[in-house]
Amino acid sequence: MNAPEPVHRAWDRARLAAALLAVDPGLQGAVLQARAGPAREAWLEILRGLMNEDTTWKRVSYQISDETLYGGIDLAATLKTGRAVHRPGLLDALKGGVGVLAMAERAGPGLAARLSAALDGPGAPMLIALDEAADPDEAVPGGLSERLAFHIDLSEVSLADLEGDQGIGVDIDPESIAMAKVRLPHILSGEAERALVETAVALGIDSLRPPLLALRAARAAAALYELDEVTEAQAGLAARLVLAPRATRLPQPEQAEDAQAPDDQPDSAESDAQPEPQDERSGDDEMRAPDDMTELTLEAARTAIPEGLLAKIEAGAAGAESGGAGKAGAARKEGLRGRPAGARRGDLAGRRLDVMATLRAAAPWGKARRTGLSRFKPGPPLEVRQEDFRIKRFKPKAETVTIFVVDASGSLALNRLAEAKGAVETMLADSYVRRDQVALIAFRGTGSETLLPPTRSLTRAKRSLAALPGGGGTPLATAIDSAEALAHAAARQGRSVTLVFLTDGAANITREGAGSRETAQAEAREAAKRLRAAGHAAILVDVSKRGADTAKSLAEAMAARYVRLPAAQSGALAEIAREAAA
Amino acid sequence: MTRAFPFSAIVGQEEMKQALLIACVEPRVGGVLIFGDRGTAKSTAVRALAGLLPHIETYENDPYNAPVGAQAVNGEAKTRGAPVMKPTPVVDLPLGVTEDRVVGALDIEKALRKGEKAYEPGLLARANRGFLYIDEVNLLEDHIVDLLLDVAATGENVVERDGLSVRHPAKFVLVGSGNPEEGELRPQLLDRFGLSVEVETPRDVDSRIQVVKRRDLYEREPDAFCDSWAEAEAALRMQISEAQTRVRELETGEDVLRKASEICLSLGADGLRGELTLLRAARARAALDGADAVTLEHLRAVAPAALRHRLRRDPLDEAGSGARIERGLAEAFAP
Repeated sequence: MNAPEPVHRAWDRARLAAALLAVDPGLQGAVLQARAGPAREAWLEILRGLMNEDTTWKRVSYQISDETLYGGIDLAATLKTGRAVHRPGLLDALKGGVGVLAMAERAGPGLAARLSAALDGPGAPMLIALDEAADPDEAVPGGLSERLAFHIDLSEVSLADLEGDQGIGVDIDPESIAMAKVRLPHILSGEAERALVETAVALGIDSLRPPLLALRAARAAAALYELDEVTEAQAGLAARLVLAPRATRLPQPEQAEDAQAPDDQPDSAESDAQPEPQDERSGDDEMRAPDDMTELTLEAARTAIPEGLLAKIEAGAAGAESGGAGKAGAARKEGLRGRPAGARRGDLAGRRLDVMATLRAAAPWGKARRTGLSRFKPGPPLEVRQEDFRIKRFKPKAETVTIFVVDASGSLALNRLAEAKGAVETMLADSYVRRDQVALIAFRGTGSETLLPPTRSLTRAKRSLAALPGGGGTPLATAIDSAEALAHAAARQGRSVTLVFLTDGAANITREGAGSRETAQAEAREAAKRLRAAGHAAILVDVSKRGADTAKSLAEAMAARYVRLPAAQSGALAEIAREAAA
Repeated sequence: MTRAFPFSAIVGQEEMKQALLIACVEPRVGGVLIFGDRGTAKSTAVRALAGLLPHIETYENDPYNAPVGAQAVNGEAKTRGAPVMKPTPVVDLPLGVTEDRVVGALDIEKALRKGEKAYEPGLLARANRGFLYIDEVNLLEDHIVDLLLDVAATGENVVERDGLSVRHPAKFVLVGSGNPEEGELRPQLLDRFGLSVEVETPRDVDSRIQVVKRRDLYEREPDAFCDSWAEAEAALRMQISEAQTRVRELETGEDVLRKASEICLSLGADGLRGELTLLRAARARAALDGADAVTLEHLRAVAPAALRHRLRRDPLDEAGSGARIERGLAEAFAP
């Protein structure tokens, strides 16, 4: 079989990705962007059909507890046998198997880190993260998605696409996979290493895991197409499947070549002061014709860069990787952490047993139970029954989320915007010290945008604040709506919310995006009343020059504390925010 | 079990490697914190340490890795077996770990079976005389981090819970790594780490290719790859073990002491701990270089890692402490 044409249809590429995963499980898995539906089911079915029949498949919930993940003492069995019986966790069961993480975009950084550790360890499972993100703020946590080779978008695949079976140029069935597996260890990388690394650089991918995964994918593809060496076609395919979805900028081919020249000083590897294994260096200098391959690989990747990404780049967003990961509440379970608050009788599901209290509770019954059990057979010295179980109780520490809603419209003169930013920064610094989470919503033009979902990362907060542009109308009602939605979500996760509005209250854009001052004002007022009903603590910082009545009456409508910026210089503002949160 | 990626095969990341080697030579520098982007060989480097460290002398079944001749902690004298050489422990602390697992807890089996209050040692006991590594330290629960730092500082684990009362030695080097994108470490904790390094992915294409090539070779044929680096690893191991002996005999001149104070004062680094760490690290660096005395160059080489996280910092200073420390050092070392 010969080097195939580039694979054009998204569905065909997705099928190929499934085949490559089956050939080389070291690719670790995929992020599957799709709502529940036939395409997603069909893809999982294909993968299932290609993997070994005895492969374990398990669903992983994004709310999974550590207890379920890692296993623990099986108490019932332990009590029965009188020796510690360990119950295996999901990760143990998943060794060498496939985990399907549903609603992966809801997974918090904690779960992501735990799964990442499992992916890095021995007996690593394959992980398919189902990403059902509805809006661009949600995304699979970066640490996790970075380890999974393929990022596949199935949202555009239609039913008709699923029917067709042509367009790949190779049969995908268990036999061909088995043959490819045999061939895989002997496939040469050719010039693909350089081509893929350079392509990754051109696409603005910082981490080195993606090019490494792309290289593996390219070799798996070569094995599947019955080749001995990776050719341009496979490198291109790997770039499309692995690198393109991770791009953070548009490639500029001319510069990509120039850029590498000045950096050629051998400062890193050579300073180790030890001989290099020959098989590595030899490829570098004489065989320097691979620019063609880089060019072709880059071209392939460019055609596969998702459209939404371009919009993001144009809007000056920080890039695909920094989105998401803020919805950490999922893993948080009430009553498992915090200050100990005594023990009480209760049922064990997912809680922590207070061993001493349990034994203490069982002790007085010792003799009675022994005699009740049997007169002739001596029982254990202490018998613990279900009703003796005592659960450790904790007083959870309530977490606070401060949501900043910043007016970036043109009615705020530019220097006022700078002051507003300054005020937000001061409060950010304060939140940081107190380990609160912060979120940032900005509104201007015809809509509002959640620049930063609740996070503790000051780095990210600063970055998105610095990038905030100004100008345009004041869609205040829309902004209040999205603030309320965000506050609602945070409150549902058991956090207390403080809202901080920085605006002059001069609404002039309606929810529909039309420019009518009167309707806009009425809508803003109505939204403010709804917010009041929700009962979150709120502060409205009036950032107009002389204090605006609109802002004042808006503050009244939402029962927010009204503060004027000139009075609220830096420290004072943080003080007010702290009081409101208390 | 697959062998760890060889330490000497890590491309670049000199500052991180230096900090880890210093901690091998002089455990008293008090831990290493590694912060940086994803995919920068943070955990690879730490896991690779296990292959470099000299073996320690202890008893076969001693859960605390007690040195030969030391008293048994909790009456394990009968069960601890014969003296043996064991690899220096490098213990991984997983994120989902419970406090019980870390400090040790009531031995449930014995409690249920015999009604006996016995202590089951935890990870802190296993890490005694070695390294304790926490990946994603910024995601670890605060109360566990507090506990670890406390034990690391005192070198002793005191358990007073569940009716148990046990204390055992827990001297280890704490190594934490993390990605600042996922949340910062509390400022109070920062300066409890001795050295702090920031890593980023190599910028030039050739180093990047080098990294991908080596990693790829390693993943395909770990044994062959490790073998091809065995010589370099052996040399490094030798360098460490020589430095461990040498570091105790090194002299630190008046000029170095004075300069260390000057640097700390001019940078406004808080407390004496910074100065002490700076000197210890410089001594370890000198020992690694095989020098007879600590010089100003050694001081200069370790100063960023020893002081970076101790500057009284404005969390919103965009330039970060890296630039400030470079400026300060350039001034301090100006002729």
